[in-house]
Amino acid sequence: MEAYIYDALRTPRGRGNKKGALIGTTATQLAVSVMKEIQQRHNLDTIQVEDLILGCVTQIMDQGANVAKTIAQHSGYGNHLTAVTLNRFCGSGLEAVNQAAAYIKSGFNDLMIAGGVESMSRIKMGLDGGAIAMDPMVAIPGHFVPQGISADLIATKYGYSRNDVDLFAAESQKRAAKAIEENAFSKSIVPVKDINGFTVLAKDENPRPETTVETLSQLNTSFDMLGEMGGFNAVAIDRYPEIEKINHVHHPGNSSAIVDGSGLALIGNKSAGERLGLKPRAIIRSVATCGTEPTIMLLGPAPSSRKALKKAGMHKNDIDLYEVNEAFAAVPLRFMDDLGIDHSIVNVNGGAIALGHPLGATGCMLMGTVLDELERRDLSTALITLCIGGGMGIATIIERI
Amino acid sequence: MESTIIKNDLLEYIIDKEGIATITINMVKESTNLFSIDFIKCYIETAKKALKNPEVKGIIVTSGHKEFMAGADLKFLSNPPEDKNQVFQGMLEVHKGFREIEKGGKPFVAAINGTVLGGGYELVLTCHHRIAINNDKAKIGLPEVNLGLLPGGGGTQRLTYLIGVPKATMYILQGRQFRPSKALEEGYIDQLVTNKDELIPAAKKWILEVGNSIQPWDNKSYKIPQGGLMSKSGAETMIGGIGNLRKKTHGNYPSAKYAMACIHDGIGLPIDRGLEVEARYFIKAFYSKEARNLIRTGFFAINEAKKGKLKPSGYDFYKINKVGVLGAGMMGAGIAYVSAVSGMDVVLKDLSIENAEKGKKYSTNLLQKKVYKARMTKEEMQVILDKIKTTDNAADIKDCDLVIEAVFEDQNIKAKVTRETEAVLAENKIYASNTSTIPISLLAKASDRPKNFIGMHFFSPVDKMPLVELIVGEETSDFAIAAAVDYVTQINKIPIVVNDSRGFFTSRVFGTFTCEGALMLNEGVPPALIENVAKRIGMPIGPLAITDEISLTLPLHIMEASDVKLEGATKTLYDIYKKLSHDLGRVGKKTGRGFYEYPKDGKKYLWPELENHFPSNLNYLDADTVGKRMLHIMSLESYKCFEEGVLKTTTDGDVGSLTGFGFPPFTGGVFSYIDYIGADVFVKECDDFAERFGTRFKVPDSLRKMAKEGKTFY
Repeated sequence: MEAYIYDALRTPRGRGNKKGALIGTTATQLAVSVMKEIQQRHNLDTIQVEDLILGCVTQIMDQGANVAKTIAQHSGYGNHLTAVTLNRFCGSGLEAVNQAAAYIKSGFNDLMIAGGVESMSRIKMGLDGGAIAMDPMVAIPGHFVPQGISADLIATKYGYSRNDVDLFAAESQKRAAKAIEENAFSKSIVPVKDINGFTVLAKDENPRPETTVETLSQLNTSFDMLGEMGGFNAVAIDRYPEIEKINHVHHPGNSSAIVDGSGLALIGNKSAGERLGLKPRAIIRSVATCGTEPTIMLLGPAPSSRKALKKAGMHKNDIDLYEVNEAFAAVPLRFMDDLGIDHSIVNVNGGAIALGHPLGATGCMLMGTVLDELERRDLSTALITLCIGGGMGIATIIERI
Repeated sequence: MESTIIKNDLLEYIIDKEGIATITINMVKESTNLFSIDFIKCYIETAKKALKNPEVKGIIVTSGHKEFMAGADLKFLSNPPEDKNQVFQGMLEVHKGFREIEKGGKPFVAAINGTVLGGGYELVLTCHHRIAINNDKAKIGLPEVNLGLLPGGGGTQRLTYLIGVPKATMYILQGRQFRPSKALEEGYIDQLVTNKDELIPAAKKWILEVGNSIQPWDNKSYKIPQGGLMSKSGAETMIGGIGNLRKKTHGNYPSAKYAMACIHDGIGLPIDRGLEVEARYFIKAFYSKEARNLIRTGFFAINEAKKGKLKPSGYDFYKINKVGVLGAGMMGAGIAYVSAVSGMDVVLKDLSIENAEKGKKYSTNLLQKKVYKARMTKEEMQVILDKIKTTDNAADIKDCDLVIEAVFEDQNIKAKVTRETEAVLAENKIYASNTSTIPISLLAKASDRPKNFIGMHFFSPVDKMPLVELIVGEETSDFAIAAAVDYVTQINKIPIVVNDSRGFFTSRVFGTFTCEGALMLNEGVPPALIENVAKRIGMPIGPLAITDEISLTLPLHIMEASDVKLEGATKTLYDIYKKLSHDLGRVGKKTGRGFYEYPKDGKKYLWPELENHFPSNLNYLDADTVGKRMLHIMSLESYKCFEEGVLKTTTDGDVGSLTGFGFPPFTGGVFSYIDYIGADVFVKECDDFAERFGTRFKVPDSLRKMAKEGKTFY
């Protein structure tokens, strides 16, 4: 049995700060708006949707208490719809898709919605604490460092200079700007409306098309203080003693932007689609996760992608487009070098540096974006991958039908 | 009318006519009050009596000794009972007793008449109010972490409730001690009085006028300052503390981690459960090898050495009123400073008055810093400076009790100075030569009175480094040794006494560390890896950086002057040094060019071109082996010193290694280290290293035998 992607939609991404358009919109409202759009676009008999799996990272307050269940209940799909919220950090949105695919392929479910949501303007990243960073008995032996230090460690260890990461970031902005101009995203964006039906945000708010390497070069790097005063450079060097000094290269302009948003996909088996008159857009060929050394943390995309390729019986050259989350510029740079793939087929419409990274939602958004692009270019296969906190990676291979 | 109800070896308990009971801790058999199991049982029993007695309105807890309580009885702590669980249960009992006292409904006030540390301060924390005399000499705090332990009497919990997560975590992890005025500011105590006479009246007044008997942690509406663990400051403290703890300790001091975990796991729970959490971590720390090592060497051995344990018996105290220092360079200037600060008159002699004055300026600079920091008045500074008399005339040292020669490390120059000095110095006075490398018996050949001739190896910078290595020449008398030990104790430093050998103990052993670093670089280990791993295993500085500090001039000079043929590792080392200094012009820090670059306005960094001259491969050697090579070689060389009789005891080696060249304290020193990792493992690994890296790792038969028999040094 195969798992088919019938659709994948998302909200626009609003800036995740006090001035962001979506700060007054709760995570529930974000996700519900996409659920409603899925229903309307396909005139979906919602009683056929069996379960909702949502990724959400900071699961407290608005996003606490299994927010997916709140969203299911508020979506109007019916009381039969069950829901679960999961947290695989930055990989959550893709993990939800992969779990749904597994349910479908196993035959345990016929039709599901999977994806993620995160309102980073309302619920600040890290507010949920966690033993990984805060429990001395775990974090000290674990050589815990914050992600920014890991990203700078990757840049240092693999020799990406400030200019290298800024070049990549400027290119992300350039590609995103071009994609927006060509309406590459508009098909799948669901405008966020308020209770009166007024549009709150209709397109991605974060891109800065005017960005150049020169403007980026003016920014101060972000993690010097944390590294020095917080002691984390020393922690990283304790783990990687071959490094004399951490070269801090990341700053807000070459790291993923903090944004709000939700992305969801309708996933089901063949018969469910036929029954409901849905046209499948792609199948999920394989999924994989892979753990890596936790201090450098963000090297998971390459090994998890290799694993997904192997499971699918594919070669890296069988993939038409790659989508790797731009958590920090050094991550895709290292991914491309490690796998030996060309930038021309990676993140062709930019990535989180320009568009933003709503933690729990990004994975599903990336899948939708690259599926749109496969269709636009009339290509066949794509691999979506993200680095994940704590030293993990996740990958999914999709193929158009 | 006061009535004495209890009086024993530990405390005294009286009740006055106003119904105020006083428990005076007074361990008559000890020189100071020590926190011990027997005492605490007796204290709790007494306190409970006071609670039960309807006449008693409140209880004052004070001390009959000069200090309130110096801390725990370390003799007990250094030798924990076999039954861990019994100790754990005992601790829970003590906590139960303390809790009954806290919740007994009567106010307890601690009248702190002097220093109160560790377990003593934890006792004070169980009182409802703390009053101390404002005496700058008294210390208040929880220093347990420095001994590889953690506050196990409720300190991690109660102090955190009192002063908040950020401060309590920081101070407990640093083992901070405060003078009373600062302790008040930090919230360690609640009230200050100006002198001893006001203490008890103030305590009585508080009982009669305030008399609160509810602890903050028993008060439901009490809020921890700056919020608890889940507050922003609490979370930041944990995350930042975690990073900085590794930065500082590289994971080598588990008790600091446990102390932090006590706060993390325990704060916010009902206090009784928090105390239980603390007790579990305390037991783990108490039975750790690191605590054993830190207490045995870091506390006992160093303190005994400091008191002059190595002084030959039968000699009266040799009081130094006047000391002559020959040579006003870096070492001489430092020696003059520490002597003057300790109240001795100093004659500082150099070839010219200008040079001597330059040496004295060193003291002026150091003292001015103290004045600037308000640690000393200008007048006090002047008194010390007036003690240092500069001269270019050898005759000025004639009435000195001790003369310390600190001229250039050259046998001929030293010989000339010896003769010049002995011409004026009284015959029964001591002549010491500060050398780090030249055998004392050789230098003593220039002396007419070799019996009074001794080696006195100071470390740089003299004002900071605590060790002085005394070297006994072939003819050095016990009297000279005794006098030298007395001098070192008078300047508040730690003497160890070793026998003559090239490099003595410290330089010889430390040389193996710098040598191993250079050899590994030459083999292809990346330089950053060598340096960082050295710090990771607990050395204060990497071997390449310290070689830069020393500079290659002296080691090359020594190797070239040596009459022994250079071969094996020594020859390789010579070639490396020669390549660096002669071919590449990189002598060390003093020229701004060594293994490192030394930019004028910035931090040093490894010379980027080192890679071209010493190609490296990250995969050549794993970091653990790199670390072991550095520590093993030092321990092995120390063992050879012991076997050859350079060291009389292994304890001297442990003390010397910790205080002389920064061998990691958690290991307990060069010999304790072998016990720490196990002699069998040590020998096995050295055998492996001997095969892979060279015969310098060859283990002496006696050590192999010891390992085989499963014996330990301690």
